[in-house]
Amino acid sequence: MAASRDKYSVLLPTYNERENLPLIVWLLVRSFRESGNDFEIIVIDDGSPDGTQEIAEQLIKIYGSDRILLRPRAKKLGLGTAYIHGMKHATGNFIIIMDADLSHHPKFIPEFIRKQKEGNFDIVSGTRYKGNGGVHGWDVKRKLISRGANFLTQVLLRPGASDLTGSFRLYRKEVLQKLMEKCVSKGYVFQMEMIVRARQLEYSIGEVPISFVDRVYGESKLGGNEIVSFLKGLLTLFATT
Amino acid sequence: MYRFDTMTKLLQWLFMLALLGGTWATLTLNLLGLDPLPPPVYQVLWLLPTYLLVTFGCYSLGTVGYRLATFNDCEEAARELHAQIREARDDLAQRGMKF
Repeated sequence: MAASRDKYSVLLPTYNERENLPLIVWLLVRSFRESGNDFEIIVIDDGSPDGTQEIAEQLIKIYGSDRILLRPRAKKLGLGTAYIHGMKHATGNFIIIMDADLSHHPKFIPEFIRKQKEGNFDIVSGTRYKGNGGVHGWDVKRKLISRGANFLTQVLLRPGASDLTGSFRLYRKEVLQKLMEKCVSKGYVFQMEMIVRARQLEYSIGEVPISFVDRVYGESKLGGNEIVSFLKGLLTLFATT
Repeated sequence: MYRFDTMTKLLQWLFMLALLGGTWATLTLNLLGLDPLPPPVYQVLWLLPTYLLVTFGCYSLGTVGYRLATFNDCEEAARELHAQIREARDDLAQRGMKF
């Protein structure tokens, strides 16, 4: 079977995720074992003071150092560089990026993989805005902001993908490497820029509807600052790409 | 050669606006000095940008409103996740995990 030649490296950037890390790893391992795909999980911890790394060490003892890799960094350095750092240690030919806070459920990964094979896509992106996709734990205001922002983005950038700010995606390793060289933004805008650049470079993008369950442990963030930096980023991409 | 699809989105918008705005201004202000347009045509043409703007505004509000109303709540996904969290904790504790 072709599946046996592919290996999937999951990059999990963490900061103070000691509650969530064991749970997400457990769900990941189960999902991969059930689907029979080869995998590794790379935990990139940015010096969490809450003992996230100690939890990761325990997980390595349970699941083995070939499945769980802890590749920490000294301090909080941002998402983009976390992916670069993680990729250096990745042995898979596909990279999966997702949040470690349980808002992205590993049960969708087999669907991502199926989708990727089906269309031989360079990127498969999870989408909250299509089909059975959706969110949990958002009030009407938050949903309105999300829908409004998404509509504005679609009108201005016509990106060819329905969920630009989401961060649950599967990439061919060399595609992600190439994109990382091109992308300069931070935060939400970083995820948007990845898709916009991907389209410029004529990479193909498949989509899989996902349910996004907002943080069970810890706090979710959407303040005025996020909205302002989102708009700034959107306009920057509008004017420069 | 400057290709439309390699222009930035901003330039694409400006280009299209200039093209459409120019055509509209030429016709309404009769810049080419042609025979005047028949009054019914002129009346529609004169307000066309306003009509388009209002239509686009309505379309936007309608689309966002519809998508807001049909945004899935994923209650089932949340319940499933909570059940799995308990399962995961129990299983990991059995394997010697100290939370």
